[in-house]
Amino acid sequence: MSIRHGLLALLEPGPRYGSQLRTEFESRTGATWPLNVGQVYTTLNRLERDGMVVQDGEDEAGHALYVITDAGRDELRNWFRSPVDRTSPPRDELAIKLAMAVGAPGIDIRDVIQSQRHHTVQAMQDYTRLKAQATDVSPDNRDDVAWLLVLEQLIFQTEAEARWLDHCEARLVRLSLMAAEKEKRRKKTDGEERSADRRPPGERPATAPQAGLGRSKNR
Amino acid sequence: MPDQASHPVLQLKELTRVHGSGATEVHALRGINLDVFPGELVAVMGPSGSGKSTLLTIAGGLDTPTSGQVIVENTDLTTAGRKQIAALRRRSIGYVFQDYNLIPALTAAENVALPRELDGTSARKARAEAVAALREMDLDQLADRFPDEMSGGQQQRVAIARALVGDRRLVLADEPTGALDSETGESVLALLRSRCDAGAAGVLVTHEPRFAAWADRVVFLRDGAVVDQTIRSDAASLLTGQAAER
Repeated sequence: MSIRHGLLALLEPGPRYGSQLRTEFESRTGATWPLNVGQVYTTLNRLERDGMVVQDGEDEAGHALYVITDAGRDELRNWFRSPVDRTSPPRDELAIKLAMAVGAPGIDIRDVIQSQRHHTVQAMQDYTRLKAQATDVSPDNRDDVAWLLVLEQLIFQTEAEARWLDHCEARLVRLSLMAAEKEKRRKKTDGEERSADRRPPGERPATAPQAGLGRSKNR
Repeated sequence: MPDQASHPVLQLKELTRVHGSGATEVHALRGINLDVFPGELVAVMGPSGSGKSTLLTIAGGLDTPTSGQVIVENTDLTTAGRKQIAALRRRSIGYVFQDYNLIPALTAAENVALPRELDGTSARKARAEAVAALREMDLDQLADRFPDEMSGGQQQRVAIARALVGDRRLVLADEPTGALDSETGESVLALLRSRCDAGAAGVLVTHEPRFAAWADRVVFLRDGAVVDQTIRSDAASLLTGQAAER
């Protein structure tokens, strides 16, 4: 889990105490995922139970210091080496919402898409403004560089979402045009058949069965 | 930061544009209202055929609306004479195209100086203004290069300098990043953004959300009408409190 490995990574360079880890985690990620100090201590306790860290003395102010163990270092290296699992996609509320909006009575799916697009593009505007402020980072400041990476991830993610929404809308427009076209053709063939039926049997055009075939193929 | 206390540089009022007539009639724009203030960059987004480019060509005086008003720096383009429109286009409106449109036989500085010279400024003064504009945008090292000696991104930056040389403060950009890779596109947007921060008013037509995100306001068009627009929020609030709950 990311907090667990995040803390191991922050302990790697040397001993730290709990609230120090919290501050460092937040400055590295621009406070995008705020941690409370309780979460930090719960995680440290679990890491200690699993033999990844040990408590080792106190600093001058009396804070309990934590130190990474060899097992912890192995775990951390392993984490960096392995890709983040994508085999079971995380539940995505927006995808679920759009899936449910298809054909939902009284819901215009284009409105659902637009209200999300509004929100997503506005978030992108905000992230972009933050990025414009963050581009004069000093390349040797680890926190600045890390924050820029996290910020750009947020921009890329919202961009992907906005593009996907555009795609959904274009797709729905295309599908509804196709449906309308099909309906038009169906009415036309039905009309032809009805007028054909009114003719005396001998005058029925020889192509009629083919027209019928064409219609069932279109359905 | 848009200066909404002052007068808008561009105003579109109940703008409509109909192409063709009768059965083949197409309503490209249906009653658009839009004000763009000094210091403001507005992005116009929408699917193809939504009217984005029509809006921009009408705002720039390159096409005329079927009804409604286009007011640039207090002059109504729909009632102005042809000479007046031409003068306005030289003095007040800068246009940036997807394919840069620099004149191949002229250097960067000459390209930037051209609209000023056409407007009657002496060649020497126009040249000095062009070099100053390029310097202001950190492009002075390109002054003596011809378009074919510059990269696409450099040409587009020179085109932005040309659009805003002199005291012009309205820049209309039609997919300015369309022919550029994403990093170069970003640097072009950063320049456009900084010109707006320095007081220009900008309208950017794009289908790329990442570029639209540089704007203060994003206007969404669909079938020739504004369906929605974002407002500028306070970036500082983004990563605290409410944002963290998401």
